[in-house]
Amino acid sequence: MAETLTQGPSPTPATLLPALGRAGLYGALVVLALVYATPLFVMVITSLKSLEEIRNGNLLSLPLSPNFDAWIKAWSGACVGVACEGVNRFFVNSVMMAVPSVAISCLLGALNGYALTKWKFRGADLVFALILFGCFIPFQIVLVPMASVLGMLGLASSTAGLVLVHVVYGVCFTTLFFRNYYAAFPSELVKAATIDGAGFLRIFWRIMLPNSLPILVVTVIWQFTNIWNDFLFGASFASGTAQPMTVALNNIVNTSTGVKEYNVDMAAAIIAALPTLLVYVLAGRYFVRGLMAGAVKG
Amino acid sequence: MASLSIRNVQKRYGALDILKGVDIDVGDGEFLVLVGPSGCGKSTLLNMIAGLDDISAGEIAIDGRRVNELHPKDRDIAMVFQSYALYPNMSVRQNIAFGMEMRGVPKPERERAIGQVAKLLQIEPMLDRKPSQLSGGQRQRVAMGRALVRNPKVFLFDEPLSNLDAKLRVEMRTEIKKLHQRLGATIVYVTHDQIEAMTLATRIAVMRGGELQQLGTPHEIYTRPNNVFVAGFMGSPAMNLIPALVSGGDGGPMVRFSTLDGGAGLALGADLARRVRPGQEVLLGLRPECFSDLGDEHSRGLPTFACTVELTEPTGADLLAMLTLGGVETVARLRPDAAVHPGASAVFAVDMTKAVLFDPASGVRI
Ligand SMILES: Nc1ncnc2c1ncn2[C@@H]1O[C@H](COP(=O)(O)OP(=O)(O)OP(=O)(O)O)[C@@H](O)[C@H]1O
Ligand SMILES: [Mg+2]
Repeated sequence: MAETLTQGPSPTPATLLPALGRAGLYGALVVLALVYATPLFVMVITSLKSLEEIRNGNLLSLPLSPNFDAWIKAWSGACVGVACEGVNRFFVNSVMMAVPSVAISCLLGALNGYALTKWKFRGADLVFALILFGCFIPFQIVLVPMASVLGMLGLASSTAGLVLVHVVYGVCFTTLFFRNYYAAFPSELVKAATIDGAGFLRIFWRIMLPNSLPILVVTVIWQFTNIWNDFLFGASFASGTAQPMTVALNNIVNTSTGVKEYNVDMAAAIIAALPTLLVYVLAGRYFVRGLMAGAVKG
Repeated sequence: MASLSIRNVQKRYGALDILKGVDIDVGDGEFLVLVGPSGCGKSTLLNMIAGLDDISAGEIAIDGRRVNELHPKDRDIAMVFQSYALYPNMSVRQNIAFGMEMRGVPKPERERAIGQVAKLLQIEPMLDRKPSQLSGGQRQRVAMGRALVRNPKVFLFDEPLSNLDAKLRVEMRTEIKKLHQRLGATIVYVTHDQIEAMTLATRIAVMRGGELQQLGTPHEIYTRPNNVFVAGFMGSPAMNLIPALVSGGDGGPMVRFSTLDGGAGLALGADLARRVRPGQEVLLGLRPECFSDLGDEHSRGLPTFACTVELTEPTGADLLAMLTLGGVETVARLRPDAAVHPGASAVFAVDMTKAVLFDPASGVRI
């Protein structure tokens, strides 16, 4: 009795097909997730193992006695080039480089976008097209001229020099983002504020910026990932103690003397990747929303 | 409170003539309504008064003082935008206070002014909400509050009610009218809505293609339109414009026009009769309410004609009868219980004292 009641109608092709499609979809997603997660998984477990265990064990086996020795060594003891003081100072270098670069380039991009859309001057669109052009210039082309400019400014091999490079290079992208966002921003707000007595900067600061959160998040994430992960500029324009994290990581991994400490390498690599991961976790929610807003309005 | 004068104001975008010399004088405490088809330059003119667009030629003066070169903030005007333009990141209170803050008004004074305006507009309970948490009507009132709190010389409204639903629109219209009567402020108001224009204005300016077509009281615009454009633009249903011929008659000149039943003739009033000569072609302008059926007591003593009724449309308050006069569709607004039936002939009386004549070639009133 109960059995006959719970039995639904026999599955027909019409109900079966979507179910199959769904199963296929989830199957594909699981496979893709595994493809992405496996390297991270290997990195994490390797960083928690001892060298001996790595040498004798399986790549995928879990650590027998997980410990953070490798992390501590990577942070404060690993040899980067000749000095064996860990990556901490290079990590700090990267922070000192990325934070001002991101802040300045985003602010400049927002100002540019604001001026190009709300204070339209003759030729504003041409200026924008030229700025856009900057997005397509490959890193390699600017290396030599940039080096001589930094030399002339006395900023060669310094974090300040790197900040300048990243700001100059990033402003094209941040301007693009903000210009497209502000193009759809209601001009009546600017007019109302003008009548209310606010000037160029006051409107920017009090009206435009506070209403730009979605695009600001997108731009910050974009800039931070690019600048933090940059290797070429870091390797070209900063040397010795001014090197950013990415260059230091390369130097640790490529050190040819002594034994290869895979656990330390992995720990250092994870440390290098943590900040971008953190930025995504904190702001990712807004990232998708901001991309959508930009897509629809821009 | 102040007067505003717009003298031969022009606006060009490159080779494009947007405003072709507009002259309007707005007296102290006057409510001027700007109407006209979309794209005729109403917002442009308003923006020029506000100082948001610069003036290509001509002069704008507030209280007799030329303001062409004056920055918007120094013109002492307040503007209410169609989209309200409330700052989304600020609370209602901050929105209203922003202008005063920019002008360096001390905080206690700001608070007092906000309190007064909030009370006037009944938005006290929402002062700490964000604009996104308000309904359309509440936003509209906040936008008004932002303008009112400044107590400016001239208020500019750019279609402030067009985003509201019909019912709220009527309510807010009344609110604005009351506000104007209470404050006696000088207001320039742009709208597409005929009823708003007729009910609010002390004077209406009808614009078309960057030119002023007529400037006058709502009554003048309605009863004595300068040309066929104004006649057709103001009033709903629009004024009927019937092609007709002037002919001499026993009792003075008449206008003759064709009907479905042959032809009809109506005697012109003495005033109009003087301005036409027999044989002249004219457009006879008759508002739908100039017609009445013979059962209506208003029809007594008026000239009449007979015509087949093509269609009737009861609106509740009136009965609209569709006729073809002079070859064009004509609407007559009759009593709701008028004895006219589609397909049957009926006799109509016409109040010729309210008739106007236009020259068919130029469209100008005779
Ligand atoms: N920056 C500009 N460059 C060129 N033409 C413009 C510019 N701004 C407005 N116009 C033109 O000026 C004309 C008048 O515009 P305006 O906004 O004043 O019209 P409007 O009467 O307010 O219309 P609506 O009732 O639709 O609001 C329009 O034809 C418009 O295309
Ligand atoms: Mg407009």
